[in-house]
Amino acid sequence: MTINTNSNPIGTNSIPAGTTPGPIKAIIIDDEPLARSIVSEYLQAWPQIDVVQECNDGFEGIKAIQHHHPDLLFLDIQMPKINGFEMLELVEQPPAVIFTTAFDEYAIKAFESHAVDYLLKPFNKDRFDKAIQKWLDQRAPNPPSATPAPTSADATEQLLETAAQSPAQQQRVVVKTGGKIKIIPLEDIHFLEAADDYVKIHTHNGAFLKNRTMSWFEKALDPSQFVRTHRSYILNVQQVTRIDPYEKDSHLCILQSGAKVPVSKAGYVKLKAVLGL
Amino acid sequence: MARSPLSTGKLLLIFLSWWAIWAFLQISLLIGFGLSSGTAVTDSLVSNSLVAISCAFLSNNMQYYLPKKERYWYILFISLGLSGIILLACKAILVPLLDDKTDSVNYVIFFSRSWAVRFDIVFLQVACMSILSVLWYSSEEEQENRQRRNDAERLAKEAELFKLRQQLAPHFLFNSLNSISALIASRPEQARKMIQQLSDFLRGNLRKEEQQWVPLSEELQYLELYLDIEKVRFGHRLSTDIRCEDECLGMRLPPMLLQPIVENAIKFGLYDTTEAVTIAIRARLDGNYVRIEVENPFDPETSRPKKGTGFGLTSIQRRLYLLFARPDLLETRVDNNLFTTIVRIPQQI
Repeated sequence: MTINTNSNPIGTNSIPAGTTPGPIKAIIIDDEPLARSIVSEYLQAWPQIDVVQECNDGFEGIKAIQHHHPDLLFLDIQMPKINGFEMLELVEQPPAVIFTTAFDEYAIKAFESHAVDYLLKPFNKDRFDKAIQKWLDQRAPNPPSATPAPTSADATEQLLETAAQSPAQQQRVVVKTGGKIKIIPLEDIHFLEAADDYVKIHTHNGAFLKNRTMSWFEKALDPSQFVRTHRSYILNVQQVTRIDPYEKDSHLCILQSGAKVPVSKAGYVKLKAVLGL
Repeated sequence: MARSPLSTGKLLLIFLSWWAIWAFLQISLLIGFGLSSGTAVTDSLVSNSLVAISCAFLSNNMQYYLPKKERYWYILFISLGLSGIILLACKAILVPLLDDKTDSVNYVIFFSRSWAVRFDIVFLQVACMSILSVLWYSSEEEQENRQRRNDAERLAKEAELFKLRQQLAPHFLFNSLNSISALIASRPEQARKMIQQLSDFLRGNLRKEEQQWVPLSEELQYLELYLDIEKVRFGHRLSTDIRCEDECLGMRLPPMLLQPIVENAIKFGLYDTTEAVTIAIRARLDGNYVRIEVENPFDPETSRPKKGTGFGLTSIQRRLYLLFARPDLLETRVDNNLFTTIVRIPQQI
């Protein structure tokens, strides 16, 4: 469809009568002030979208999302401390996202494979308007509410899984503990343990929970360093000191920290292959 | 194609002297055996000239054909064959020519008695010449190969240096363009200024050649250009502190060496902390070196800079190695939350 930037786009997306929708709430997260200003400048042509906050980095972004429950995020990838993907990992039920990035081969590949909309800096107003219009069209069938269209949430989930395998993110895991965000270098991880909907990450400095699945971690972590030895356990092979036989076909792996990690029959085969035994 | 040894004046002279000495020795020898001096001179000149011509021919031929394998068998057979031919030619020329003379010694009998000795001497001469030629051409070939290898290595090194210099971060370029795009609406004057700065930066990036070292003052100006652009991008988060001893300003260094180090420090500093960041650059003299330190803060809890080279400094390390063949010119240091990159550039005196 063609977009006439002069017309008021709200006219083309009539909001069902009877509901009293507030304005669409948006948050801009980018570490460069000028990059944020261009998004808010372009958004002036969309009066139904209200920028509730601009954030300098992912930490501010998480707080702002918890506080405002926005409908839409404009999110940069390269940011201080935690990147855009890692920030999204820490948000429960992330809102719809339009990514803005200058150059990141890996991220662009991830966007393309999951058909998520993204804007390559510098982008012009036409391209920006198209992205907004596309998003509005997607959410139009649903009554506007605080929760985004389910399709976009699924796409985001898949995107994060792919993005977690990027070289930059393979170095560390980002977790939220209490109100604080912690970045765990991979070499600090002893082992991972499934815990209901979460995964418990055991490290030098205690254990942390992250709301991802075991298979998510299995894909994201470097398979030459982390082995899923059991349905509920992934261990860091560098921490292994001893492997003892345990009942029947199973084994028990003793780590440097003294922790004992169960190893299933299939897990034992994988572990032996990685350790070169 | 290797040159024939006889094409160089000096070696041709040696060859001719050799021929003269042999001829003289043979004359004396033949007179000693009782031949008349006329016969002796004719015999010697004819036989030695034949040997010389054959040797020149042999050596010249090896220029076009030199067997790769079995070259010593080749030398043996060709020397034997050629010696035989020379001797037959000698006989064919000399016997009819010198037979009639009423000499005290019958030349025909003398020639047939001396043929084995003649063959020996001719064979030695020809074999010697062919061995020398083989050695000559082998060494020429070797030299050519070495030259080719050196040329190939030099080209590869230049290409690699070029590539290492050209690593302009696309991230920087596109983000700068995005900043300009934002400035155009709000502050057009500043947008124009930034376009100017970015153009100057790109021009500097394109123009510089590895061999043309630049004074530190010029490199620092270039660095400031780069830092000014970054400051527009990051606003108040980025500040810089550049201090350079006056006597360093004229010192020379390879172009575009400092910018990637500073770029690395900015990336490391700005992306590893969320606070304001100061990048400190210091330059001073250290014996025969210019010592430049670039310091950036980082978060020791989340980043573990490895000793030696860490964080994107490998290409700088490689470049320094290609330029100076030394691995010790780049160092890094970590104190608390400060990461320092130290580069030392040897000064030619």
